[in-house]
Parts: sequence; C-alpha cells; structure tokens
Amino acid sequence: MRALEVTAVGLLATVQDEGRHGFLDQGVGTAGAADRASAALATRLVANAPGAAVIEALFGGLGVRAHGAVEVVVTGAYCPIAVVTASGRTHHPAMYELIDLGDGDELRLGAPSAGLRAYLAVRGGVDVPPVLGSRSFDTLAGIGPAPLAPGDVLPVGDETAGDPVLDAVAPPWGESGVSQGVVLDAWLGPRDDWFTGDALRLLRTGVFTVTPASDRVGVRLEGPAPLERANTSELPSEPMALGSLQVPASGHPIIFLADHPVTGGYPVIAVLTDASIDRAAQLTPGQLVRFRVR
Amino acid sequence: MSELRFLRAGEHDVLVECASLADAVGLRAALERAPIAGVTDAASGARTVMLHFDPAAVTREAVVAAVAAVAGDGGVRPNGTNGATVEIPVVYDGEDLADTAALLGLSADELIAAHTGRTWVCAFGGFAPGFGYLVSDGSPLEVPRLTTPRTRVPAGAVGLAGEFSGVYPRASPGGWRLIGRTELAMWDLARTPPALLTAGTRVRFVAVGG
Repeated sequence: MRALEVTAVGLLATVQDEGRHGFLDQGVGTAGAADRASAALATRLVANAPGAAVIEALFGGLGVRAHGAVEVVVTGAYCPIAVVTASGRTHHPAMYELIDLGDGDELRLGAPSAGLRAYLAVRGGVDVPPVLGSRSFDTLAGIGPAPLAPGDVLPVGDETAGDPVLDAVAPPWGESGVSQGVVLDAWLGPRDDWFTGDALRLLRTGVFTVTPASDRVGVRLEGPAPLERANTSELPSEPMALGSLQVPASGHPIIFLADHPVTGGYPVIAVLTDASIDRAAQLTPGQLVRFRVR
Repeated sequence: MSELRFLRAGEHDVLVECASLADAVGLRAALERAPIAGVTDAASGARTVMLHFDPAAVTREAVVAAVAAVAGDGGVRPNGTNGATVEIPVVYDGEDLADTAALLGLSADELIAAHTGRTWVCAFGGFAPGFGYLVSDGSPLEVPRLTTPRTRVPAGAVGLAGEFSGVYPRASPGGWRLIGRTELAMWDLARTPPALLTAGTRVRFVAVGG
C-alpha cells in the first residue's frame, strides 16, 4: 500500500479538504484548507479530483517519507524543500513543481520565507477516514482526523481525475508582495451600520497589524485605534460568513478563517472577498494590512 | 411575516434579518420546504438566516427575490417541532442559580419549577457542536448574559441567557448564567445526527438529585 509516513511536523500539520458541509445547524463549521486557492492548485497539479485531501503545514517543518513511489507537490507559503533519497542523496525541488518520491525518499519543508501555510498534495489524495463527510480537522470543534504527529502513516488514495498536464506553474503570488504590506478587499456589511463614521473611515484608511494570537479560527488584528460602535446594544447571535471582519468588545477586528465559529454575538463590519480570504490565511504576525472596502 | 432586511455578507452570503425569532424560525422552516436553487448551505441565528449561495449558479438578486417570495406566500409556520421530545435530567446546583432567580424576582425553587414546568423547543443550533438554542412559551425566563464571560464552563452546564436556555456540550468559554448540570451527552459522533438537539426538537428538563 502506498502511503506517506510523517517524520516531522512544525507548529501544526493537519489534513484538510474542501470542508465539511451541512452541519452548521449542529454547530459544526466548514473547516477545510485555510488558503483554499493554494490547496486547490496543489490538487490540480497532481490531477486529483477536487475535494481530495491535502496536508496543511503551518510554518513549514513538515517531513514525510514515501512508502512506495508517489508524486507530490507543495504550494502556498514559500518553504525551502529538501528531498533525501533512500540512497542518501539530497536535492532541492521547487515549490509548485511535481516531485517524484521513490520508496523510502523523504521530503522536508523548511521554515517559509513568506506566507504561513504550505500545502502538500499527493497524487491520489490523503486517504484517512472522513468524519461527518470530510477529512478536514476543525481546530475549534475538535472534529476530524487528529493533527499529524511523527510516526503517523497516511494511506494514499485513488481520487485522481486524469493525468497531470503541467509539471510546474509560476507561483500565483510573489514573495515580495506577501512580505510587505498586504491590501485586502472587502465588502461592507452586514453590520456596518452598527459603527460610527470614524470607525468606517479608520477601516478604509488605517494600517492594521497581524498579532501572534492568530490561528485557523481567525487572524487577530490590532488597529491604530478601536473601531467604535454607534450601536452598543447586544447583537442577537447570528451566523458568521467565512472572511467576516468581526469586531469584538476591544474594537480590534478579527478576520474569520476556516475554523471560525458558526454563530457570533459581535457585529461584522465587512467581509473579505474569496481571494483576500486566501491571502489572509498566509498573513504572518507583524505584517501590516490595509483594507480596500467596497 | 413582517418586513425582512437583506444584508450583504461578502461575495456569496446573504444575511436575512427578521423582526423576531419566531419569524426567523418560520422563514428557515419555509426555506427547508422550498429550497432555492444555487443556495448550498444555510444557518440560523436569533433574528437571522444566513444563505450561502454559489455565484456561478445563482445571483444575489435572485436569492433575495426567492426569499422574499417564500416569505410572502404565507407558507411560514413559526415554532414548528420536528416530533422528537428529549428529557434532560438536571441537577439544579448551578453557580448562578440564586443570582439568576433573584434577577427574575423568583426563589431558586420557583426558578427550577419554571424551568422544568414548561416545554422548550430548539429554535436553532450553533456556537459549538451540539449546542441548541432553546425557547419556551409562557412567561419568559429572560436574563442578560454575564458581563464578563467565564473562561471555562464545564460540559453539561445548563444555562440561561437572553430569551434562551441551553446546555454546553463540552467545556468552553461562555457567558450564560449557569443554573444546573446534566450528564446527558449533547454531542456524540456515534449518533445520527450527532447533536441531541436540532431545530424543532422539544425538550423537557427534569430535576434530579445530585
């Protein structure tokens, strides 16, 4: 049986797919890859069926050893890649390039030079047992395949869709663009009318800093000043969309990512576009963010 | 059904705001009976229903028009039940029992009698896996949330907040006023559905000894 044996994990490595659907009413969110575009691109490069599971590695540090010959690709955060073959030779394939691993070859990801989350897809998909219809681990709900640990052996599935048609693609976002300040696009609402005019101006013009208290639930930002509310009543709990910019009591916003709670009691001032949600999932602590609000 | 507000929540979610919880529950039930093509997921809140749509299949304007049509055709049945009744045994020794009773102008025993003496219905789920927002007919047991939420509420804690009662499925932070606790599992992955309480489930709380 072909498989990937986990030899090392960084801060957190989880299995993710397109997420868990149909359980919002039971309090279970969608989860899935935080940077969906990078995971989807990895899936396409190895010609897996959409929805095949990948490994999401937070800040590199992942190591996997092939059991049997497998084909893999790494996308997302810019991590140096080293492959140590079974015969002991080392080479350094590129990101966004198909990589053949022979039986016993080990692939290791270093710490990223830009971005936060790398995606490793294996042709055939990571075939761990799904939970509630998905192989995604939801860090908030604690549902899905447990975070990876050294020694785990992940079976490789057969969820392919044709043959790979490209050996490599150009990275979809430049390294420098991610290292510098990032502009995120957002639509105002649903609760922009709960905020003061000053708060809306601050959202449009302010520079926000990514704080270290960020995770798959959300990117916690610190603004130059709190976003003040015009309406200070208690918001009846309401559903939260992916990419919501929720403003808790502190006035410093949180960008909700894949594992965000299904409902919340604080108003959402704006919601990011799909492309910007994926970008937000690659933000690292200390990075500066501005919003282009429509 | 009275006026609906349609609020944008990004590129492919519409938040529909209703005038009351009963309207929101009724709208959601009506949408379950008459699904809108292109709407792939839905979630409920205390006054709201969020519809997630596939922009490749349907436009925002079409979703809004379809919701307005469903709401306008009188097919809304508020506070429907799904037939199931669940009895939840509760030890009424919550940390906030006395304070909560005082807020309601009741003794602790009167609050327990009021909590056990009525049928609750799960209006919607959310917050955490297996958490159901329960409402009841009759005089409301309405209390504000705690000013400062607890950083840890134990699994099985039974609470009141706003117009709702609920049971924490597992240990988590929380701002509800705790009046008791139950051993009953609110969430069990081996069960279908895993949540004991889903929209429309009737609930009776039963006082038991600690």
